[in-house]
Amino acid sequence: MHIHKFEKIWLILGTVTLVAFLSTIGIQAFTSPDHAPPSDLTTIEPEEVETTAPFDEPGLKKVGENEYELVMILQSFGFTPGEVEIPQGAKVKFIVTSIDVVHGFEVAGTNINMMVTPGHINSMTYTFDEKGSFLILCNEYCGIGHHYMSAELEVK
Amino acid sequence: MVHQLDSRLSMAHFYVAFAAIFVGGLFGLLQALVRSEMITLPPSMNYYQILTAHGILMAIVFTTFFIFGFMYASVARTTGSLSNMARKSGWIGFIIMTVGVILTVVMILANEATVLYTFYAPLQANPLFYIALALIIIGTYFASFAIIKQYADWRKANPGQRSPLIAFMAVATLVLWLIATIGVVIAVVFQFIPWSLGWVDEINVVLSRTLFWYFGHPLVYFWLLPAYMAWYVIVPKVIKGKIFSDSLARLAFLLFILFSIPVGFHHQLLESGISHGWKFLQVVLTFAVIVPSLMTAFALFATFEISGRARGGRGLFGWFKKLPWRDVRFFAPFAGMVIFIPAGAGGIINASNQMNQVIHNTIWVTGHFHLTVGATVAITFFGISYWLIPHLKGRVMTERVNDLGIYQTVIWVFGMLIMSGAMHFSGLLGNPRRTQVTSYNGHEVASQWGAYEVGMAVGGSFLFISLILYIILMINLSFFAPKGNEEFPIAEASENAQETPKILENWKVWIGIAFALILFAYTIPIMDMIQHSPPGSKGFKFW
Ligand code: HEM
Ligand SMILES: [Cu+2]
Ligand SMILES: [Cu+2]
Repeated sequence: MHIHKFEKIWLILGTVTLVAFLSTIGIQAFTSPDHAPPSDLTTIEPEEVETTAPFDEPGLKKVGENEYELVMILQSFGFTPGEVEIPQGAKVKFIVTSIDVVHGFEVAGTNINMMVTPGHINSMTYTFDEKGSFLILCNEYCGIGHHYMSAELEVK
Repeated sequence: MVHQLDSRLSMAHFYVAFAAIFVGGLFGLLQALVRSEMITLPPSMNYYQILTAHGILMAIVFTTFFIFGFMYASVARTTGSLSNMARKSGWIGFIIMTVGVILTVVMILANEATVLYTFYAPLQANPLFYIALALIIIGTYFASFAIIKQYADWRKANPGQRSPLIAFMAVATLVLWLIATIGVVIAVVFQFIPWSLGWVDEINVVLSRTLFWYFGHPLVYFWLLPAYMAWYVIVPKVIKGKIFSDSLARLAFLLFILFSIPVGFHHQLLESGISHGWKFLQVVLTFAVIVPSLMTAFALFATFEISGRARGGRGLFGWFKKLPWRDVRFFAPFAGMVIFIPAGAGGIINASNQMNQVIHNTIWVTGHFHLTVGATVAITFFGISYWLIPHLKGRVMTERVNDLGIYQTVIWVFGMLIMSGAMHFSGLLGNPRRTQVTSYNGHEVASQWGAYEVGMAVGGSFLFISLILYIILMINLSFFAPKGNEEFPIAEASENAQETPKILENWKVWIGIAFALILFAYTIPIMDMIQHSPPGSKGFKFW
């Protein structure tokens, strides 16, 4: 098959850029664990969430020097707990699950964003360097009150 | 000339498509007005109900019916009038699809299926909604059979000859569709229907989402490839040029089949239950689709340049001015191509593994697909309809309709740039998609989004004005334009293009490679989802 000379150059340049770009993404994602998208494989019985650890005690827990775990239950149309206070500079591991339908877990204006499907636990880690009032919201349609589903996160 | 009996089949599809885009567009406008808090809906209607209808009418009904109408006409134009068997199968398909559409719309209006067009489990709609969706897909199987049969008959009657390019492209698009729909058919038939009927209690949510996205991503190429058919084969003729390379055009379509199916995980990057390594593999395969996209961009601009120079354009860019800018048959698809450049760049961002986290499920995504399907594809389809409808109805597009068509296109482009632009920017600030009100009790973070939502409403209003003009022009071209002959432009390959290699028409090879890639990308993760399946979910009806 004949390929025009300029087209060859164009395709080679394009492909080389593509390979460089994908290598960057791959190296970043696989060498630093906090850069990989949330992909927790833990399963849970959605109807027994409230009696299963750690969801039997939702909320913020200190697990180390300026390190925390925030356990949250999602349910149409709210988050438990609905208000959280976090000290500035804290590294927080979010651990979330749903007891009913699919929800989204987003802290608007940050990179904290994950899908929360029933039957699975999802998790990710984020460090809050700046003070402020953050909005946690559900970004996946979960029923008629979807737009009321939010929580407050205060970094002090 | 397309035979009259075949014209009728095409036109039936176009009427449904036009009705769908009109009603869907009205709902789209309402959504934009509600989000910006300019209006509130009457209590008998809820936001998510019209959003479900908008998604289905636009993304499923308008696109699918338009595509089949266009394909029947293209195949009849290049392979001769449809055989009786093909035509009959086409009509059966049309009837089944239409019944499916009516039933779907009835279920949505009855508020029995406010689950959005992605119908994610475990929100549970009325079983008739899933059955209706299945009917739409079954209908397309009859339609696909009609076109593939016509193509196969042509090849049998013309042994050793290269098939007409546009017919080949139609078949390639349908091969993609047939492989892709396997996923959603399995999900609907084996998961959703038994579960909604109460035959089984629980559904495997992650598996249903994976099967959905196995289909949901190639679905976007099913919309796009018919636009490419017009770009590769019809636009060159309109500008009095030639097809740059027949064989590379065929190769591009085959590569789209290979690289658009085994990539659904890039819609599930933020999901639990799928390991990181498998997601990354599909990210890499997703990006492979850039290669045929680059081939397409090269071929199209090469055609433009050659044709512009043949008209006397000189210098590095002089040819550009010589293109027929005042011809809507060229202008509209060209506008679509230009918009596809930023639209494609946005797609690269969406698919980029960790970058997805910034925009996932924000209204950025909605901005992205209004640029791709809502602008690039839709405008190219508008451009096609300006000459195809009069051609099929034995009428002509007058100078006036041509000029109004250019205005219609410009208003649509303008509206889409405002609406999608606002969606992109506010999505970056975290504004979620699919959300009726985004004030969140006046939270300071949410208050930044208001101005952009006004922008969305302004853009949406332009879009709706453009749509009204479009529908008026289509009614004119179907029933009132002067009688006559409008050309169905089909370009030929350039003389210096070489013989097309036989392997490009050996479907067994390409379908075989496609399945090998799919098995590679999906077998282990799906086995995992079944073996280590999470506890299932019962249904919920939260609306
Ligand atoms: C008059 C023109 C249009 C307007 C004003 C419009 C407006 C909108 C708006 C505001 C949304 C977002 C709703 C939300 O997320 O809360 C939306 C969603 C959507 N639009 Fe459009 N749109 C138009 C045309 C189109 C076209 C031509 C297509 C495709 C062919 C399309 C396909 C979609 C889809 C698939 C969704 C997503 C539905 C969902 O998230 O479930 N729209 N549209
Ligand atoms: Cu929710
Ligand atoms: Cu929600």
